[in-house]
Parts: sequence; C-alpha cells; structure tokens
Amino acid sequence: MATDKRFLKKLRDWEATTLKSVTDRFPERATKFTTGSWIEAERVALPESSDFESYLEKSGMPGEYPFTRGIQPNMYRGRLWTMRQYAGFGTAEESNERYKYLLAQGQTGLSIAFDLPTQIGYDSDYPAAEGEVGKVGVAIDTLQDMEILFDNIPLDQVSTSMTINAPAAILLAMYVAVADKQGIARNKLNGTLQNDILKEYIARGTYIFPPEPSLKLTTDIFEYCSREVPRFNSISISGYHIREAGATAVQEIAFTLANGIEYVKAALQAGLQLDSFADRLSFFFNAHNDLLEEVAKFRAARRIWAKLMKQKFHAANPKAMMLRFHTQTAGSTLTAQQPDNNIVRVTIQTLAAVLGGTQSLHTNSRDEALNLPTADSVRIALRTQQIVAHESGVTQTVDPLGGSYYIENLTDKIEAEVWQYLDKIEALGGMIRAIEQGYVQKEIQNSAYHYQQEIETGKRIVVGVNKYTLPDSAPISSPPVNPQLSKIQIAKLSKIKQQRDNLRVTATLKELRQTVKERDKNLMPDILAAVKEYASLGEICNVLRKEFGEYHESVIL
Amino acid sequence: MIKKIRILIAKPGLDGHDRGAKYVARALKDAGYEVIYTGIRQTPEAIVRTAIQEDVDFIGLSLLSGAHNELFPKVVKLLKNQGADDVVVFGGGIIPESDIPFLKANGIRAIFTSGTPIKDIINFIQSCK
Repeated sequence: MATDKRFLKKLRDWEATTLKSVTDRFPERATKFTTGSWIEAERVALPESSDFESYLEKSGMPGEYPFTRGIQPNMYRGRLWTMRQYAGFGTAEESNERYKYLLAQGQTGLSIAFDLPTQIGYDSDYPAAEGEVGKVGVAIDTLQDMEILFDNIPLDQVSTSMTINAPAAILLAMYVAVADKQGIARNKLNGTLQNDILKEYIARGTYIFPPEPSLKLTTDIFEYCSREVPRFNSISISGYHIREAGATAVQEIAFTLANGIEYVKAALQAGLQLDSFADRLSFFFNAHNDLLEEVAKFRAARRIWAKLMKQKFHAANPKAMMLRFHTQTAGSTLTAQQPDNNIVRVTIQTLAAVLGGTQSLHTNSRDEALNLPTADSVRIALRTQQIVAHESGVTQTVDPLGGSYYIENLTDKIEAEVWQYLDKIEALGGMIRAIEQGYVQKEIQNSAYHYQQEIETGKRIVVGVNKYTLPDSAPISSPPVNPQLSKIQIAKLSKIKQQRDNLRVTATLKELRQTVKERDKNLMPDILAAVKEYASLGEICNVLRKEFGEYHESVIL
Repeated sequence: MIKKIRILIAKPGLDGHDRGAKYVARALKDAGYEVIYTGIRQTPEAIVRTAIQEDVDFIGLSLLSGAHNELFPKVVKLLKNQGADDVVVFGGGIIPESDIPFLKANGIRAIFTSGTPIKDIINFIQSCK
C-alpha cells in the first residue's frame, strides 16, 4: 500500500467524504472483496511510490531484469505468441491427419497429446491399459507409430511440444530418431518436452519411478538436449495441472517455482553448468477467469524467477533469468451446462494469458467438460486466439496493464505470498520432502475444497451451474472413439515385434540395463539405440522399472 | 446402534484427475458418512477387493479419461461374481450423455457429471437405504 504519507492522508479523506456519501446510500455488494485466491482486492490501489529507482527495481524495462513487463522488449509488436493446440487421439494415423488439418488452419506449432498407457510407460497390450488406449491422446508403442505420427510433417518446419513426463527420455529419443530418418539435422529441431515429474506426484498422476531416479532421467535429458538438440526446451515446469487440481493462483506459482528450484539444484548436483541448461528451462501455466489476478500472477512469476536465478543461483546470462511460458486456458472452469458459454470464458482466459505476456497458448474447446472436442469446437478455440491476436488491439503495446495501480499492487501481493510459500518449503527441506510429507497436496486440496464449497453455497457464482440455469442443455454430439482402436493398435504392435531384429532388441535392452546399473552415465544414447531397433516403450520402461523401482502414492484426504 | 453408511470412492484405470473424487470423498465425510478413498490408478479387481474388505455399502467411481464404458461395468460384474451385488455402484466424471443409458443398463445406478451439487449425491445415497 501507499508509502507516501500524502497518499494515505488523501485516501482517508476520500473515504470519509466522497466514498461515504455514496456507500451511506448504496452499501457495497459485500463487506470484503477478494480475488480468486482470496487476496483482498483494494477498492482503489494507489501508487506505492513514483520513485524512479523503485520502478526500475520492481518493473524495469521490458526485456530487462527483472522482466516483470515481459521477456522481450517489444513483445507482440515483434511476433505474436505461438498458437499451439494440444491434440492427439486414437492411432498415429488419425492424429497425423488432425495435425495436418490444424497446420492448414494457421496453427503455428504442434502439441502432442499421448494416451495414458503411453504416459505411464505401458504398451497398448498391457492388461491395465484396457479401455485407455488412444482415449486421451495418441497411442505410441514403438518408433513406427512415431514415424506415422509425423508423416509428411518436416520436423525442421514445426515446433513440437510433447506432453510426456515419466517416459520423456524415450519419446525424445523417438523424436530424434524420426528426425534422423527424415534427414533433418538435430540442431534444427524446435520444441518442448514437458519432462516435469515433480508435478506428477503432486497433481497429475502419470509417474512411474520414485523421485530420485526420475530426477536422474530429467537431468540426463537436460544434458543430452544441450549437446544434441540445443533448440529444444528440455523441460516445461508446469503449474497448469497444479492449478487444475484446485490450487489458487498464488499456490500455482509458488509450487511451480519451487519445483523449478529443485530441478536447478538437481542439475547442478549432477555436475551441469548453470548456463548450459538454465536458458532452456521453460514453464507452463494456467489462465483462469479472474482476469486481473491472472495478469498480475504472470508478472509476479517473471519477477520472482528472475530474482531466484540471479540472487540464489548467481546466473550471469540474462536468458537464464527469463521465465518463458506456455499457457493453457483453465479446463476446470469449463461447464457441462450450456457449453457455448465456455467460448466466452476461454476468451477472457485468452486475454489473461496475452495481457500477462505468454509465449504460446492453447485454448480449450467449449465441449471439453462433456467429451473430446469436435473439430468445429477446436476451430472456434483457435479462432478465439486469432481474434484476440488480430482484432482486439491488445498486442499493440507491451504489458498494457503495467502501471495500473491495481495490477501493480496485486503483483506485489502475489509475489509476497509466493515468497512465504518458498520459505516454508525450504524450511521443510525442499520440494521433494514437502511432497513426500503431503504438505503440497494438502494445501491444494484445502483450496479445492474451499472453492467448491463456495459454489455449493452460492457464494461463488458459476453462470449456468448455480445461477441462470436451464432445465437441460442440448448436448453437442461428439465423435466416438473407434471401438476397434485397441485391437488395431495391439495388432500393429505384435506385427512389428515379429518384423524387427529381436536379437538386436534384446542386446540394446541389455546394454541399457548395464548402463543404468553404472549409475553415473547418461541413459539417452542407450535409449536411442533401443528405440531405433523398435524396442517398445513398455519394454524400455520395464528395464527401468526393474532397476529404479516404482512410486506409490500416499493417499492423503 | 445403527451402522454408519460406508462409501468407497475409487479411481479405476490410469486417469490421474482426482480433484472431483477427493472433493466428493471429503464432502460425504463431512455429511456424516464413513468414507474410504482408494487413490488413483486402481484396477477393478483391486477396487472390489477393497470394497469387500471394508464392507462398504456404496462404491463411487470417478473417471475422466473416457474408459468408463469398459471399467465401470467391470466393477459391477466383479462384485456380482463375489456375491457382493448388494453394494450400490454410482459414477462420475467426464461421461458423455450418450453413454449414460449403457452404464445404467450395466448396473451403474447413477451418474453424476460435472457441476452436480453434492446434495444430489447425498439424496441419491439416502434414497437407496
């Protein structure tokens, strides 16, 4: 709040006269107003100081430390964000068709959704994969599926984001192998690997191995990328799923940056030089409906990460201090009731991401609370970005809301609350300990419960759900997933297992096992060798399972 | 003393979305029921084993990955095989409207999709007893 005494005195006078004359006649709608994170919203926020030094310290020029106003000096005046719709379903053939359609519609980057068996390192014929093959993404068993997935998509012409975590090393190896086969130099590959295992334990659930060996895989990927695929973002440290699990905006930033700290520490411990990997760390956040808090959240996140990298880790390269991030609109805000209303929600969330300075964006489709999106719905979601980009005018200037008394005030408040969490997590012994103790999960669950209770009691209004309801909304018909899919995929897998050189497969898997046992060697070269022999994802993961063990969730309610 | 109603909230399949399951579990607990939550990534076999061990009256299945048509009926079938078909099974998550008749025909007594108030679930539980 205002430090200059003249501001405070003016505020008190104003409250006693101008404000009072109105509120005496028309009381405000509530006695207390808060943001989605229950931060008290100032009625009117005043400048803390008009001091030049303070401005430089807190905001600075865009493209300069602490990057509060954005990581590029001219932001979207230079280049728009990458419009990147997360997609993938069924077989590699079907997904390949969808990608080519999206590219033809003006999308500028690919984002691969893998099905759950792939994400958890099971082949399509594994018994527990029943019913899940090709459902939430594309099924990948061997390099053959990956070759089909990128058929006629030259990998030097697109940037590809892959939402893959526990088996990230294997999918990266497959991508590199496809590039090798297409004759494309590895240093021409652009994209992002999610590769963020810590948030899987916290919120997303597709873990395989315990934290320690998982972090070894993570840092192996850092090292491999810096050497072989230097333009690839080797991790996307993700707050998105933490937020979807019910975290507040503050918790989303706090827990994500705390995970980021853990990865940096792990890489340094593995002997990597900070400047060899820190500029390839990227982030992934959620955009909710609370427009102004979200904008402040993104600004605060940039400022905190810059401070962390400079002050805690002594980064010298400004690129290592820049928090670059992808955004996805908030799936949890989509309603099954009156689904067309979701188009409006997604528009607000798109604005939040863009006013917050995102580098790329996925917009959700209106029907995702009901089923997998139809092609029509996906197109509307992409058009929403295009309208904001080309028609809204918000791209004309850098950080349009910077300097707004309210936004600056909220940015400061979010930052202060995030530091409190970071201190608390450090006191608990770091993020891995905090996760193992269930502290992080419990904090998120409490917020989720509080939020839902507010909806139940009508304190928080969700249009179409607890107010302005209709008896029945007409359902949007969704394309059914091919019921034969699982059979087709399993048949493909058994065929490739007959056609490949099984002696070579066994030999490469044995070499991988040996390297794992040696502990200090990078596993990527052996994984790539196995992948190129068409060893399956499940076979490679089984070698790792045997050596690393498996993680089991401690159920916290 | 009347035995308290016991409810198992379970996550079949590989889906990690547990916000809804955890909310329902906690809200039902607050409403006075005895609630057990399995955690994520449970097979139908494991769910039925837990249900029988814990002697529950209800199983609430939550799934957002689209595998409900395979996994929900399997739980009902396994209960029947074990002679535990007095356990009432209900479900929730991202379930397309068009799948609900199939699930009901296969022994899932009620489906609560996104946006359902908790009191609807409580009313359902009370109506079964």
